[in-house]
Amino acid sequence: MEILTQVSMALQEGDDQQVSTLINTLLEEGVKPEKIIDKGLIAGMDIIGIKFKAHEIFLPDVLLAAKAMEIGMEKLKPLLSLSSTTVIGKIVLGTVHGDLHDIGKNLVAIMLKGAGFEVIDLGKNVEPKYFVETALKAQADIIGLSTLLTTTMPVMKNVVDLLRKSDSSRNVKVIIGGAPTSKEFALDIGADAYAFDAVSAVDRIKILALS
Amino acid sequence: MRPKLKFLSSDLIKKIFAEGIDVLENIGVELNNPELLSLLGDHGARIDVDKSRAYIPEPLVNKALKSVPNSFALFDTLGQQTHDFRKYNIHFTPGSAALNILDHKTQKIRKPLTEDYIQYTKVISSLENIASQSTALIPIDVVGNIADSYRLYLSLMFCDKPVVTGAFTIKAFEIMKDLQLAVRGTAAALKEKPLTIFSCCPTSPLKWSDVTSQNLADCARFSIPVEFISMPLSGLVAPVTLTGTLIQHTAETLSGVVISQLVNPGTPILWGGSPAAFDMRYETTPMGAIETMMIDCACNEIGKFLNIPTQAYISLSDAKLLDAQAGLESGIGATLASLAGINNISGPGMLDFESCQSLEKLVLDNEIAGMCLRLVDGITPREDFPILPLLEELLKEDHLLISSHTRKYLKQEHYFPGPAIDRANRERWAEEGSLTLGERAHNEVNRMLAEYKPTSLPDTVKSDLKNRMQAEAVNNGQENLPALD
Repeated sequence: MEILTQVSMALQEGDDQQVSTLINTLLEEGVKPEKIIDKGLIAGMDIIGIKFKAHEIFLPDVLLAAKAMEIGMEKLKPLLSLSSTTVIGKIVLGTVHGDLHDIGKNLVAIMLKGAGFEVIDLGKNVEPKYFVETALKAQADIIGLSTLLTTTMPVMKNVVDLLRKSDSSRNVKVIIGGAPTSKEFALDIGADAYAFDAVSAVDRIKILALS
Repeated sequence: MRPKLKFLSSDLIKKIFAEGIDVLENIGVELNNPELLSLLGDHGARIDVDKSRAYIPEPLVNKALKSVPNSFALFDTLGQQTHDFRKYNIHFTPGSAALNILDHKTQKIRKPLTEDYIQYTKVISSLENIASQSTALIPIDVVGNIADSYRLYLSLMFCDKPVVTGAFTIKAFEIMKDLQLAVRGTAAALKEKPLTIFSCCPTSPLKWSDVTSQNLADCARFSIPVEFISMPLSGLVAPVTLTGTLIQHTAETLSGVVISQLVNPGTPILWGGSPAAFDMRYETTPMGAIETMMIDCACNEIGKFLNIPTQAYISLSDAKLLDAQAGLESGIGATLASLAGINNISGPGMLDFESCQSLEKLVLDNEIAGMCLRLVDGITPREDFPILPLLEELLKEDHLLISSHTRKYLKQEHYFPGPAIDRANRERWAEEGSLTLGERAHNEVNRMLAEYKPTSLPDTVKSDLKNRMQAEAVNNGQENLPALD
């Protein structure tokens, strides 16, 4: 089996040590980091996404694969050429002010890192202005907002409003998620997208990043 | 610990059994089969030839009970064991011999054809929680005389799973036995690895027709397992009280035990039935009535008291469509039956008082069966003591999604139903088409039909089956059987 395929397989099995070892072998053979990412890591994550949607594998398998992806990316990132476009996008992520629930948001962060995004995780109970300031300063592509409480849903609108005031060119997109939210609510508050779970969040953020 | 459900105290079971014995001794059973009547007479039963009645004494019952196997197994067409009828083991079987099928496209109930039967066998092949097939539909595109054997033929051609079946006439037993011999090779091999269970039904109150009693005797001669389907109806042809119905069921079933064990001691049997409440408003026999389910479970307790594996028609519905009533009646029945430990739970797929099969309902009932199989596994401590290391890991990592403990026990502890059961959040459900249960189940039916692979039964055996069935058809006035593709 080709070593790049082996990388993909090891990633799908969540075997981060094997991913790391195989990447070392490939680098020694002179394979370009961009190729390892594209044909090994991302190829593996694509299969993971398909299998998860078909209920062939479950969330633990996806998370383990995403962690293996993250470890592979950490190893390869410093070796990428400056012109490389392997990093898909940059996202500022957090649970909105007044809410301390962050498991869902953390899952999204792991998945996004696994998908090749640069993630700035602001944690939980995050003030609207902190989201906006960080996104603009870091020239992020996307802000991801999470909440579990119905009482803190209005804070999401505050973030969107503040962002639109500060970023009139609408360079920064907003995606929201969390149990009480919906596609309809996202439209109401002027957000650009909504995702119902962590895996679909990655798909939608990819689309936003490319738009 | 396996959770168990009981309705009867041991004292009440003993009283019911003693009363059943009393019924057999003093009222007896009507047996419209001179040969079997004579057999019973030869072994100590008092016979009234004019009334075709046998009065069966207690010693004869006790002798028969001693030779009944307290467990037996079933094997698929390839010889692999699929069932172990013993103690509290449970297996699910589709409801049998429906006159109709619910057509998903039209949502109308209609008569089934060969094509429907083949689709049924293909769906059953995919349902992992339904351990056997039954001859669940009666196709109308063959002559009535071969309708029973033709079902068995189609089942053996298209699905590996063992078959719960039955003959409609005395004569039909021969071809139905021969079809089994074609699969197993010899009578000894068939005895060693039973492939079918025949339903043999006494008629309430306390009667055996010549057909059903002869089928019972013929099965016994070949050691083909039999399930007794006594059908006392509370308040109509049985006492209105549940206890009274249980006594009558006990007497009727014991009479079958005696016949089977006299013909061939050691014949495997299931202490089964399809007793029911009788609804005096609609003049119907509701299989979804809670009292029907209670009688079923209690009958099973009497079977367990006698150390005989059990069966019941439970986990089915009287609804005419795959609606909420269909789900609730089937779900309650399957749950109670599982907790009671009824070894062969007959009913999946069935609607409309045991008269209408639905492929989509089979898909739903397969999920009910999956949940019930999980239910009876109970709650078992794994690596849960001490819990401190695991909770420390949780506090450190914020979740246990990728903990080795989670990965080790996830699939042992949690049953994951197929797509027919909606567990998506509302947005995802909407995004995937806002499908109803019927639509999701129908999609699954279509997937199963598309992914179906022919059985591994050797072509020579399939040819033999085909030749035997074709000859039987010709003998019964049908020159050509419907095409099977």
